[in-house]
Amino acid sequence: MTAALDGDAAAYRALLQDIAPAVRATVRRVFGTGYGAEIEDVVQETLLAIHLKRHTWRMGEPLGPWIGAIARHKVIDAMRRRGRRLEVALDGLVEEPEAETSERDEDRRDAQRLIAGLNPRQQDIVRSISLDGRTVRETAQRLEMTEVAVRVTLHRALKALAALYRKGRE
Amino acid sequence: MRTGDLIEALAADAKTRRTPPAAVMLPALAAGAVVAGAALLATIGIRADVAAALATTRFPYKFVVVLGLAIPSIVLLLRLARPAAPARGPALALLAFPALAAAGIVAELFAVPSQAWAPRLIGNNAAICMTVIPLLAVAPLTALLLGLRQGAPTRPALTGAVAGLAAGAVAAFLYGWHCSDDSPLFVATWYPLAICLPTAVGAAAGSRLLRW
Repeated sequence: MTAALDGDAAAYRALLQDIAPAVRATVRRVFGTGYGAEIEDVVQETLLAIHLKRHTWRMGEPLGPWIGAIARHKVIDAMRRRGRRLEVALDGLVEEPEAETSERDEDRRDAQRLIAGLNPRQQDIVRSISLDGRTVRETAQRLEMTEVAVRVTLHRALKALAALYRKGRE
Repeated sequence: MRTGDLIEALAADAKTRRTPPAAVMLPALAAGAVVAGAALLATIGIRADVAAALATTRFPYKFVVVLGLAIPSIVLLLRLARPAAPARGPALALLAFPALAAAGIVAELFAVPSQAWAPRLIGNNAAICMTVIPLLAVAPLTALLLGLRQGAPTRPALTGAVAGLAAGAVAAFLYGWHCSDDSPLFVATWYPLAICLPTAVGAAAGSRLLRW
């Protein structure tokens, strides 16, 4: 984490890949089983929060409790949202949507919808870097932007994405 | 988007780095306090006999009591701004405030005859105190809430309430320079009542503004 905070992207990627299973385990424990797609959503939301709030971790402190606290915060938030959605559904006597699509499809569809909430430029950059696996430099060349502008847009897009998760998906 | 894809995007954003919460909130609080202090000086001002008052016991002790609230509440707030930071210590330290106030009350009850108790408790400035402290708390509370948005408070309403408490304590510290009621009986009664309002406002604002 110390190296990651110094801006070492490779170290940071490795750290996030290490963290993700632990976050998933925490989320699953609090959530209970049977919410596959929703669990992965909360995992992603937690990773985003870890990323955007990593300046609240103090060097030298144990990382585990800090991550655990963020994960719990996000799970509780998600459960509250879920409860609200169910209430709304019951109040309006709306039937729950049929659960035919597989969890993975559901997962992808939700995420696509979230990315669709970003502005076109942000969508372009997030897709280019995350889905197509391009580097910032390649993305900058392709879109004829400076690397700094790509970085700034990416950062704003991630913040916007966190806000979209927070608002819930309905 | 798969989680692995998201991680790619996050890793690409590794260079952005923001300031730790304390480095944002303490300057924000200082700025809020300066604004509130300037507002106090520009309006009702400080009492004329400050120099003489400083030589008494009751006037300085008033600030000791208020600092017994301000310091632990600010430390607690900085802890609440960071996930999993230990908050129990500063929360317990908040007891310094009632303890210091109670010590003052006991001393005052011994120092003055019982027929003076009620007039000293009621004082001459209760209404001003109840008005001015919440007003002076507006700037520090706003500054703290804005600063807290850079943090990651996992308990938004509680964190907002503590921000209100800290802002109220700072406001009380400033107001103390104006108020001529120095009796611990007055301070222990009206100051906490006045600080309740920013605390409640902070809790309500916190539960809305401090979500992340």
